[in-house]
Amino acid sequence: MNNLIYLPGVVTLALDVEKCNGCRMCMIVCPHAVFEMENKRAVIRRKDFCMECGACAKNCPEGAIAVKSGVGCAAGIINGILRGTEPTCDCDSGGTCC
Amino acid sequence: MDASFITGHLQTSAGPVPQISTTWSRRDRWNTVKTRWSVGRMSYRVLPGPYAVGAPDHASRVFVTGNYKLSFDHLRRALSGIDAWILVIDTKGINVWCAAGKGTFSTKEVVRRIRIHHLGELVDHRKIILPQLGATGVAAHEVKKMTGFSVIYGPVKAAHIKAFLDDGLKASDAMRRVTFPTADRLKLIPVDIFYGKYYLLIVPAIFLMLSGFTPGGYSVDLVFSSGWKTTVNLFAGYLAGCVLAPALLPWIPFRRFALKGLATGWLVALVLATLHFLGAGATEIIAWFLMIGGLSSFMAMNFTGSSTFTSLSGVQKEMKTALPVQIAMVSVGLAGWIFTRFFAL
Ligand code: SF4
Ligand code: SF4
Repeated sequence: MNNLIYLPGVVTLALDVEKCNGCRMCMIVCPHAVFEMENKRAVIRRKDFCMECGACAKNCPEGAIAVKSGVGCAAGIINGILRGTEPTCDCDSGGTCC
Repeated sequence: MDASFITGHLQTSAGPVPQISTTWSRRDRWNTVKTRWSVGRMSYRVLPGPYAVGAPDHASRVFVTGNYKLSFDHLRRALSGIDAWILVIDTKGINVWCAAGKGTFSTKEVVRRIRIHHLGELVDHRKIILPQLGATGVAAHEVKKMTGFSVIYGPVKAAHIKAFLDDGLKASDAMRRVTFPTADRLKLIPVDIFYGKYYLLIVPAIFLMLSGFTPGGYSVDLVFSSGWKTTVNLFAGYLAGCVLAPALLPWIPFRRFALKGLATGWLVALVLATLHFLGAGATEIIAWFLMIGGLSSFMAMNFTGSSTFTSLSGVQKEMKTALPVQIAMVSVGLAGWIFTRFFAL
């Protein structure tokens, strides 16, 4: 499913290679295989596949990754606009929507 | 709260722990269907706490999941034939991924449950297995620091747990990927169909009423003879966006969901036009193209909420241009259509 890639060049993901200790955690948690290891350090390989879920940044023990994460969801963004908050979803009992 | 899956209790050093079945009852299956169609979702929760699968002991694996019943059901079914513990944490009845994004499947809640349910007494080892999609809300290194338990992220899908265990707690690259196959997309469509809620009745009713107006006066006959077609048109546009676009997602050539929806909307409008559903005059036909296109585009854009690969930055960028265009299309279309009710061109 290579065509399931969203808009190119918009993702906020950034990696500070200097801080990386090579623990591979970012590779493990990423659902879209964005990272790879190179010379025992992480590199961002497929940036446009990133959905900004934030799992990598959250689990990097060195704080080497930064990403503005949130719900990539139109309804959530509209909710946010209406309430004057950050994008937020409104499906508290929701099983399938975020 | 449904607890029919509990088959007994196991006495442990951390107190009695409910033992659960690894098969789905007919009721479990029925509830799964109901949940997909968003009927009674509120009550579909599991009581947080530890559960025993088979006859686990101090050395058995611990799997952590949220208290959304479907997540729990998939996990216990995947563990059939294995002796293991399940620790259910309170995610307010929301599935793991969404809960992790919202912060209910969190470091704090994992740590809290480990402590209040005395996980350290239930098992000798210091490892817990979390679903990979929980990683958005949980920082493994912080859980370790606070409780001594190492977090190991399991595969995305519960169905791969056996392979993960057999491979010494390693998930292959494929098991770590989130894909979005047709079957998964189709499962998510029902929720979106009800997005419009009572507008799905009100809006068609208004169109039906207005459809009796002609430049020459009101005609009830007209409502029955051709006014009903407006209802068909409206639902066609709506479904083009929330069913057709998601179902055909990878095959529609645009990246933006709004454009995908516009494409399916206009495709449907084209079919309706050839069937003479969009009216006779050019103004009326153009008006319908605008309304159906705008509506379908909006509904398709909404599907970004269900998709598994859209980023917040991307959706924001897309919406900035798409939303005003959609609103303009529907408004202009609506104005044009109402105009043709009262004025002959
Ligand atoms: S999680 Fe952080 S420290 Fe570990 S490999 Fe990735 S970037 Fe490097
Ligand atoms: S934010 Fe999510 S999708 Fe993006 S690189 Fe990190 S883990 Fe992967």
